[in-house]
Amino acid sequence: MSIYNRKIFQAIAVVLLALGVALPAVQADDDRDGKYVGKYGGENRGKPLQLGQTNSKFQQECSACHIAYVPGLLPAESWRRIMAGLGKHFGSNASLDAEDSKEITAFLVSNASNRWSAPTAPLQITEANWFRRKHGEREIRSSIWKNPHVKSPSNCAACHPQAERGDFSERNIRMP
Amino acid sequence: MSRVFHVSSLALMATLFLTAQPAVAETPNEIQAALKQEAAGASGFQGFSAARGEDFFKAKHGGEWSCASCHSGNPAAPGKHARTGKAIGPLAPSANAERFSNPKKVAKWFKRNCSDVLNRVCTPQEKGDVLAYLLTVKK
Repeated sequence: MSIYNRKIFQAIAVVLLALGVALPAVQADDDRDGKYVGKYGGENRGKPLQLGQTNSKFQQECSACHIAYVPGLLPAESWRRIMAGLGKHFGSNASLDAEDSKEITAFLVSNASNRWSAPTAPLQITEANWFRRKHGEREIRSSIWKNPHVKSPSNCAACHPQAERGDFSERNIRMP
Repeated sequence: MSRVFHVSSLALMATLFLTAQPAVAETPNEIQAALKQEAAGASGFQGFSAARGEDFFKAKHGGEWSCASCHSGNPAAPGKHARTGKAIGPLAPSANAERFSNPKKVAKWFKRNCSDVLNRVCTPQEKGDVLAYLLTVKK
């Protein structure tokens, strides 16, 4: 074997070795569906809040018109964007005074999803990859969405009665 | 030196005590009186009218919603958020003692809801008329 051939052989071996390591890694992570690495293409919700780790101002202000969505459902940047746009919050004026806004933003940002690695920051929880994957056609029949008790995909508590406590576990799902 | 410290720490304690108090609770009538003072600044002010307030409450003002869209046509009954369906407690003070008892809360919700219903702020006259109406609603 000439030196030239040996170099080609070594190069092929290196490539095969690299593929051998990389392929199982890709296959093992079968939840990749975006261009960013990590479960749900990097758009994954965080772990539920620990009991007692909450903020009374957040609970009070953010549950007046809808359930208080737990902060781990979105990344920090999403919460910053949402809190900066409360004057026009999904078609309604939800403005707060500066002091309350500051306190609630700090709480949301410091408890945001710790498993979100994509540089995305959706304004709606239902736009996140983890949400779409968990609520696709294979998971939920279309008749469920049309149920008047459900009304909208943003109505977590229709099927997750413990949603406000951050509990979305499968055993606690109650389909209407 | 110790006296200076004593006096300043007393002042500090007094300040902490005062700022730690929640917003002073008021009655709907006190809030009405404050609105009247504001409204009286406008020329031609002739007092508040419950009848005008009722019309205002139930009418649409160019937008998708009226006040009644979420608070129901009977302010002594519970309402329901027009978009999310979330339950809203009765608005009439006769049916819900919490209503119009906290000036900060009153200002916050008039600001939000007038923006949603009228796409502008409400005048003191409009707010006073609506409150006059709500105060006539019996449980």
